[in-house]
Parts: sequence; structure tokens; C-alpha cells
Amino acid sequence: MGRYIIRRLIQAIPVLLGSTLLIFATVFVLPGDPIAALAGEKRADPTIVAILREQYHLNDPFFVQYWNYISGVFQGNFGRTFANVEVSEIMAGKFQVTLNLAMTALILEAIIGVGLGLWAALRRGKATDSAILASTLVLISIPTLVTGFVLQLILGVQLKQSFGIDFFPVAGISEGWRSYLVPGFVLAGTSIAYLTRLTRTSLVETLRADFVRTAVAKGMSRRRVVGRHALRNALIPMVTYLGADLGTLMGGAVITESIFNIPGIGQELFRSVYERQQPVVVGIVTILVLVYILANLIVDLLYAVLDPRIRYE
Amino acid sequence: MKKTATDVLPAEGGLGNDPLLSVEDLHVEFATRAGLVKAVNGVSYTLSAGETLAVLGESGSGKSVTAQAIMGILDMPPARIPKGAIRFQGTDLLKLSEEARTQIRGRRIAMIFQDALSALNPVFTVGWQIGEMFRVHQGMSKRDAEKKAVELMDRVRIPAAKQRVHDFPHQFSGGMRQRIMIAMSIALDPEVLIADEPTTALDVTVQAQIMELLAELQRESNMGLILITHDLGVVADVADKIAVMYGGRIVENAPVHDIYRRPAHPYTKGLLESIPRVDLKGQDLYAIKGLPPNLLDMPTGCAFHPRCPYRQDNCVTSVPELYEIDPNRSSACHYWREVLDGTDE
Repeated sequence: MGRYIIRRLIQAIPVLLGSTLLIFATVFVLPGDPIAALAGEKRADPTIVAILREQYHLNDPFFVQYWNYISGVFQGNFGRTFANVEVSEIMAGKFQVTLNLAMTALILEAIIGVGLGLWAALRRGKATDSAILASTLVLISIPTLVTGFVLQLILGVQLKQSFGIDFFPVAGISEGWRSYLVPGFVLAGTSIAYLTRLTRTSLVETLRADFVRTAVAKGMSRRRVVGRHALRNALIPMVTYLGADLGTLMGGAVITESIFNIPGIGQELFRSVYERQQPVVVGIVTILVLVYILANLIVDLLYAVLDPRIRYE
Repeated sequence: MKKTATDVLPAEGGLGNDPLLSVEDLHVEFATRAGLVKAVNGVSYTLSAGETLAVLGESGSGKSVTAQAIMGILDMPPARIPKGAIRFQGTDLLKLSEEARTQIRGRRIAMIFQDALSALNPVFTVGWQIGEMFRVHQGMSKRDAEKKAVELMDRVRIPAAKQRVHDFPHQFSGGMRQRIMIAMSIALDPEVLIADEPTTALDVTVQAQIMELLAELQRESNMGLILITHDLGVVADVADKIAVMYGGRIVENAPVHDIYRRPAHPYTKGLLESIPRVDLKGQDLYAIKGLPPNLLDMPTGCAFHPRCPYRQDNCVTSVPELYEIDPNRSSACHYWREVLDGTDE
């Protein structure tokens, strides 16, 4: 097991190198000059620009720049922005915010998605099942922009104005965990729908398995047959989806963060691309890639816990 | 001479008391997209304590569906039982509530299935799965249930039971897995054990061992055993009587030695003749011509008539009832005499 984890982490290195190189190159070829942008509307003094370009190694060839950057990253140094702020400092706080948001989304997704999926599976072919399936289709079809603004209006504004209930803040993160509920739901929206359908299918399929028939023949109650025998087996694809989704949720937070004005990495990433803050962009993406890799590793390790037929050497 | 199926069956069973289990004129049908599938059409048989009944038939003959109806593990819907009774010690199981049936399932009527690998839960240890019987039905503690599981594994002769109790089903061989199935089914000393093709997925030497084990366990506990199979060879040594099924009906009932010597139904005769024999080596193997009946579109009259060498005109129009041949035997063939006489003893 230990050797397996080490092997997987070593395998992650080329993935990390490849993805950072790609992002680095993309930002490199973007039009516009970050030094010129520093001066804002005014035209910058050409001598100062030249000094700054020299100082930030912007005149070096692409691969030299990349090498400087990546060797710093492996030493835990994500570099400085053109405004001379540590990139790791910028990222630290923002990552926490996005992580909060993504975890809220993930928990909501797990509770609602699994709950609805189980409910639909146990009422298969009945009205409840059809209603749940139809609502997941609706959820999949509506873009995040729409659900975001609509829920913000209903839960954040009208709930307070019409009923005096001031529970969901309109935007920002000043209200602690409550601030994350609505954005978390909006962020998780389509994932909830997919997880519902996956859970339903997985359980329906497992309920047809021979070992479920055996459990019934052993005189086990329906509750036990479904809850112990079937669910333990149906859990495997569900856990896979949830684990892989953590990365997707973190990376997909850009729109949700801007709707609800949440100061996370999504917003930061957007601004940094806009300002050509290359070290910030690449730094954020590097961390996101790491999150993906770790989430997938954890999912693979969970496999072995959930299914004893899987063993890692 | 004409009798209904129930009359014909002998009221044996030790000292002439009621049979342990009796299936009476059972009908099972399935609602499918293609139409109503009548899987079981008036099946009756009885089983006494300590007796082994072999139910013989090919796929689709209704033998497994009958067993699942006894267990109460049919999915209803799509299955439906429009007619019939299943009496267990005098009580009609079909009239019981679902809770009452759950009390009987596993404890008093148990079942083992064909493919033990898929019939055992892959994510729980075998000890957990055997022990579950004690934990759930008798409220036993985890530790005691595991001890019991080890005892049972010893009893079905799984080597090193104490160590292997923590293994998962996939870590056992096919024969050992079937032994685990058996251990689980006999955990609570059921009065009736239904074995649905218990040896089909195993190789021949292991088949014999499993059959031997079942026979031995049955002798020890005096339970009634229903052995469902399509393999005539498997049942010869262990069964007391045989019910041959075809197209959802019983076509022949007989004590085991009679049926091998002198079958009274053309289908049984065909089955016996299609067993390869050493003394006929080199000759063409006999095969029953034609295909098993389509349950969606059953032949009129006798379901076997399209494949029957004894067919006469009335076979196409009238369904033969079970004719009594002697108090222990019956055959659902209009021409059972000819079939019986046509077999050299």
C-alpha cells in the first residue's frame, strides 16, 4: 500500500510538469504587457520598464523563464507578483475560501444527490422516481448563471423582504458558514443532478444482483437488504464520482464566486489572467492540478476499502 | 383412473402424518412487455421430513420459479401467483403477511443457489455473512456469531475454518464457496432446504462431494430437501423421488429407482436416452428433437407434443392430466402405458 502511494505520487510529477508548462506557455503568448499594465492609463517611463523587465527576467527565452519558475515551485517558492507581493501569500487565504465553498458544495451534493438517488431507486417506476429524474434533467439544463442569480434573488433578497427571514446573505463571506450555503448549492447544481442519477442507477442495478436475492432468502428485512447488502456495493461508483468532483468543483468556482462576490481563487484567477500576472495564474493552476491528483489518489485508495477484491501492491 | 395432481401424490412422510411442505396447484405468471408469461401452470408436490425430492427439468420448465415461490423471493410484480397454495406444516404461506414470511425465510425454509460467487456478497467476509444469520435472527453478539460461523464452516468441512472465517468470497474456490452457501443455509437448522442447481457451476469431482455433503447434513438433521436440477446423473444417488417438469407443469412423478428403470412419460424417456452410455459407445447420441416450448406461446394440448414420438391427434387438443400409474407414480401423458411398455426393463 505504501509503495503504491509513493508510485502514484511519483507518477504525478510529469503530470504536474506538463500542465504547468502548458499554462505557462499560454500566459506567455497572451497579448499585452504586464509591466505596461502596472502603470495603468499612463504611459510608463521606458527606462523603468526596461529595468523592471530585466528584474523579472522577462527578456529571457521562454524555457529559461519556465525553468526559473518551476525550480522555485519545487522549493516551495511560487514567486512574486509584479506588484511585488508573494504569490503564496495571495493564494493561501483565497484557497481557504474556495476550499470552504467547494467542501460546502461537496457535502450538499453528497446529501442531496445520494438522498434523492436512493429515494428514486426505491420507488423505481413510480411517480416519485419520474419526478426526481425530471428535476435532475431541469437542473442539468439550466446554466449556473441562471440558477445563481435566481437563487440569489429569491433566497438572499426576497426571503428577507417578503418574510423577514434573514438567513441567507446576498453575497460575500461575512456571515460565516451561512454565506456558503447558497453559492455551494449553485456550484454543486449539475453535480447533484448527475450524482442523483448515478446513485439511482447504481442501486437499481445492485438490487438485481444475486447476493441481494440471497440476503432476502436469508430472511433479512428489506431495510437490511437495501441498507447493508446492496448499498455497500452500490457505494463504489458514487464515491468515485464524489472524489473526482472535488477538483471539478474547485476549478469551476469562477462563475459562482463572481455571482456571490466570494473572494476565492476563482476570482483571483480571473483577475490575474486579466492582468497577466503569470506567476499567480500558474501558481493557482498548479495547486488545482495537485488537488485533482490527490483527490484521485484518495478515491483509488478508497476503492480498496470499499471493495475487498481490489488490492494494491 | 383419472385423478387430480394432489390426489395422486402419496401421503407418505414417516408415520403417515401431514407432509412437511406441500405445493398445491401452484400457478405463477410474469407480466412482461411481450405479454403474460405463464411460468408455472398447476404444479403440485409434497415433501416430508428427511425426504429428498428432486425436481428435474430444463431451463424455463418452471422448476426454479416454483422454488422461489416457496421461498417468497419472487419479485411481485412482475410475478403474480393467481392460484394455488404452498402449505408449510399446514399453513398456507401465500396467505401470510410479508413479516410472517420473513420469519420463516432463512430460519425454517432455507435456500442455496447455483452460482455461489455471485450469490455471496463480495464486500463482506464469509464469517460475517454466515454470522449474520445468528446476529439478526437470534440477536447473538458479533463474537459468538463468529464462533458459530467457524463451527458451521468446520461442519461443511472447510479446512482451516478458524483462519478463513475472515476471508472474502473471492478468496475461495468454487466448491468451497458452495460449502459456505450451504453453511449459511443450514445455520438455523431449517426444516426445509431448497437447493437450486447447487452443483451446476462446479466440476464433476466437486459436484459429487457437494452432493454427498448435502445428503449427510440431511441425514443428521432430518430436514426435507428439494433438489432442483437439470442433471439426471446428480440426483440418482441422493433423491428419494423425482418430479419431472416441462413447460411449467409436472409431467412425471415417481420414486427414483422406478423412473430410471421405466419412465412413464416420453419426455423423461428422452432425457434418460440422451445420457451418454459406455455400452453404446460409438453410436450417435440420442437427442430430444425440437426446442423447449416458448412460454409466451405455449403449444396447445400437451406442451411436449411438438417434440413427442408418441404423439396422437388428441395430444394437440387436450392437456393430459396426471394419470395415476400406481400409488407412488403418475404421468401426464395420454399414452403412458405405451411409453411404459415401450421401455425394456
